[in-house]
Amino acid sequence: MDAITFAVQLLNGVQYGLVLFLVASGLTLVFGILGVINLAHGAFYMLGAYFAYWISRYTGNFGLALVGGVAMAFAIGLALEQIFVKRLYGRDHLAQVLLSFGLILVIDEVRQILFGKDVHSVAAPTWLQGSIRLTDVLSYPVYRLALCAICLVLAAAIFYVIQRTKLGMVIRAGAENRDMTRALGIPFDVVNKYVFAGGIALAALGGILVSPISTVFPGMGDGMLIISFVVVVLGGIGSVAGAAIGALMIGLTDTFGKVFFPQISSILIYVLMAGVLLWRPNGLLGRKES
Amino acid sequence: MRRPADAFHPDGSPNRRRHTMSHSTFPPGSIGRRKFLLGSAGLLTAGAASRFATPALAQTAPLRVGFMLPYSGTFAKLGKFIDDGFRLYVEQNGGVLGGRRIEFIQVDDESKPESATDNMNRLVGREKVDVVIGTVHSGVAMAMVKVARDTNTMLIIPNAGVNEATGPLCAPNIFRTSFSNWQVCHPMGKVMFDAGHRNVATITWRYAAGTQMIDAFKEGFTKAGGKIAEDLALPFPEVEFQALITRIATLKPDAVFAFFAGGGAVKFVKDYAAAGLDKSIPLYGAGFLTDGTAPAQGAAANGVKTTLHYADDLDNPANKRFLEAFKAKTGQDGDIYAVQGYDAAALLKAGLEAAKGDWSQRGAVVAGMRAAKIDSPRGPLSFNRANNPIQNVYLREVRNGRNELISIAGQAVDDPARGCRA
Repeated sequence: MDAITFAVQLLNGVQYGLVLFLVASGLTLVFGILGVINLAHGAFYMLGAYFAYWISRYTGNFGLALVGGVAMAFAIGLALEQIFVKRLYGRDHLAQVLLSFGLILVIDEVRQILFGKDVHSVAAPTWLQGSIRLTDVLSYPVYRLALCAICLVLAAAIFYVIQRTKLGMVIRAGAENRDMTRALGIPFDVVNKYVFAGGIALAALGGILVSPISTVFPGMGDGMLIISFVVVVLGGIGSVAGAAIGALMIGLTDTFGKVFFPQISSILIYVLMAGVLLWRPNGLLGRKES
Repeated sequence: MRRPADAFHPDGSPNRRRHTMSHSTFPPGSIGRRKFLLGSAGLLTAGAASRFATPALAQTAPLRVGFMLPYSGTFAKLGKFIDDGFRLYVEQNGGVLGGRRIEFIQVDDESKPESATDNMNRLVGREKVDVVIGTVHSGVAMAMVKVARDTNTMLIIPNAGVNEATGPLCAPNIFRTSFSNWQVCHPMGKVMFDAGHRNVATITWRYAAGTQMIDAFKEGFTKAGGKIAEDLALPFPEVEFQALITRIATLKPDAVFAFFAGGGAVKFVKDYAAAGLDKSIPLYGAGFLTDGTAPAQGAAANGVKTTLHYADDLDNPANKRFLEAFKAKTGQDGDIYAVQGYDAAALLKAGLEAAKGDWSQRGAVVAGMRAAKIDSPRGPLSFNRANNPIQNVYLREVRNGRNELISIAGQAVDDPARGCRA
C-alpha cells in the first residue's frame, strides 16, 4: 500500500469514527448521566434521516432540514422524558430496555405510516456537492470532508458545554454521584430532561448529517445502535472523551480491517472491544463503579 | 384487517403481533367483515369435506392458495407486488383458474428465517392450503422448501433465487417463477468480456446470495477468458463501503461487478459515483443493484449496466398489457416482482388445466406445469427438469432512473440445476 492510499484509508477511518462519535455521544450521555439504557437510540438516528429527507423534499433546503430535524427530535425527546422516561430513573435496567424496545417498534410503525418502506436519498447542499481529486481515479466528496469538520466542531461544543459551563458542572456532578448531588441541593433533576432530549437530538443529528452520504432506509438505525453501544462500552460508560477515542479506534479498525483482513473484518471491532475490556473492565476512560 | 383476523384464530396469540394471517375469498374486500368471516368459515368446511369427496365435487370447491410473503419489513413492497401480480392474473381470469375458483390465505413471513418453518406448517397443516406461493427472502424460502418436500405440498417460489431450491433440493412439487442466482449473473461474464474488460474486481456482501451471484459471474467471465483482479466482500448488511471503494481505486481494474440490493445498493452506487470511480472504472452488476433502487440513486446510477430477466421498457405486447393492467389495478408501476407473481398464477393455471381442475391428480398437475409455455411480460417462459425457469436474461443500462434494455445477454438461459436428481 503506497503512502497516498494509506492516507486516504486513514481519512476514511477517521471520517467513519467521527460519525460514530456523533451518534454514540448522545447514547453515552443518556446512559452515563441518567443511567437509562436507550435501545431506541438507533431508531432516532433513523428518524433523523427521515426528517432530513422529508423536510428537504418539501423545502429543497438542507440547512432547514438540519435545524428542523434536530428541533423536532429535541421536542420528541422532551415529551418522551416527561411522559415515560422520568418514571424509570432508578428502576432496574430491564424496565428501561422494555420501554425503549417498545419505542423502537412504535417509531418503526410510525415511520412506515408516514414515509413508507422505500429507500430514499437526500441531496447535499449544492456548495458541498463537488469532490476533490486525490489520485488519477479516486476523488473524495467535499461533503465527507465537511462532515468531518462539522463533527469536530460538534465534539468541541459538547466538550465545552460539559467541561466549562454551569450546566455541564451540574451534569458532571450528577454523573459522579446522583444522591450526593441531590443532597447538596443542586438542581440535578431539572437538567435530566434536557440531557435526555439532547441525547435524542444528537442521534437524530447524526442521522441527518449522514443522510446525504448514507441514503435513508428502514432499519438503517439497527446496525448503528449496536456499534454505538460498542463505542460507549469501549470508551467507558458516561465518558464523552472515552466515546471519542473509542469511536476513532473503531473507525480505524473497521477500515483497515476491511483492507488488510477482509475475511475476519466483521469480528475485528468486537475482538478490539473484548481486548480493551480485559485490560480495562470499565472501558478506556470509565470510572470504577462505587 | 390484520388484528381482527388474528383474533379470529384461537391460536393467534397476542404476542405474535405481526404474525398475521388472514382469509379472503375472491375478490378481497367489498363485503362486510361478519359476512366475510362466516364466508371463509363455510369455505373451510367445504375444503375439509372435499378431501374425502369424489373428484367431481373437488372441482367445484375453491382451490386454496396460501401466500407466504413479506407483508412487513424491508421486503414488504416486494411481497405486496407479488401478491398484487398474482391476484391480477386471477382477476383477469374471472377468479377461476382451470375451472377452479381461487381462495387466498395470507401469512406475513416478515422475511424471518427463524419463524419460517412454523409459518409454513401453519399454512400446510392447519389451513390445509393446496398450494403455497412464497417467498422473497432466500433463507425463508429454504425452510419452506424443506417443509414442502416433507409434506409433498406444491410450492411456487415467486422470487428467492437461492440455487439449491432448484438444485440439490429440487422436487417435482417445487417450482420457481423467478430466477436462480446463477441464471441472472452467469451471462454477464461473457457480456463484460466482449465489452473488452479483461481484469475485473467483484464486490458483494459476504452471504449466500452474494456468494452465489459472484461465483456465477466469475464462472462465465473466466470461461470467456477474463481474469478476476480481486474479490471484495463485506459483512451483510453493512453499508460502510468507503474502505473497499478506495481499494478498488488502488487496484484499477478494467471494470467492477457488484451485487447489492435495497438500501445497500443505493448507497454503494452513490458512493461509487461520489468517489469519481464511475468515470474511469465502469460499474456492472446483478439487476438488483439498480432494480427498484434507481430513483433513489438518481444521477449516480446513470450508465450502470446490469443483467436481469426483465427490463423496464421491454417492448413486447404481453408486457405492455401487463403494465397497463397493473397500473389500473394498483395505481403503481409494475416491476419484475409483480411479473413473477403474475406468472406464478399463470403457471398454476397451466397445472390446473392439464388436470382438468382436479388437484388430486398431482401427476397431471406437475406435468402440465412443467410443460407450460407462458407468454410472460418478461418474454417466453418455460421450465427445466428442476422446475426452474428457462428465460431470456437482458442487459440493461440505467438511463434517467429507468433500467432500459440494451440487448439480450443470454437467450433462453437454463440453469444447470447442479445436484438435482429428481
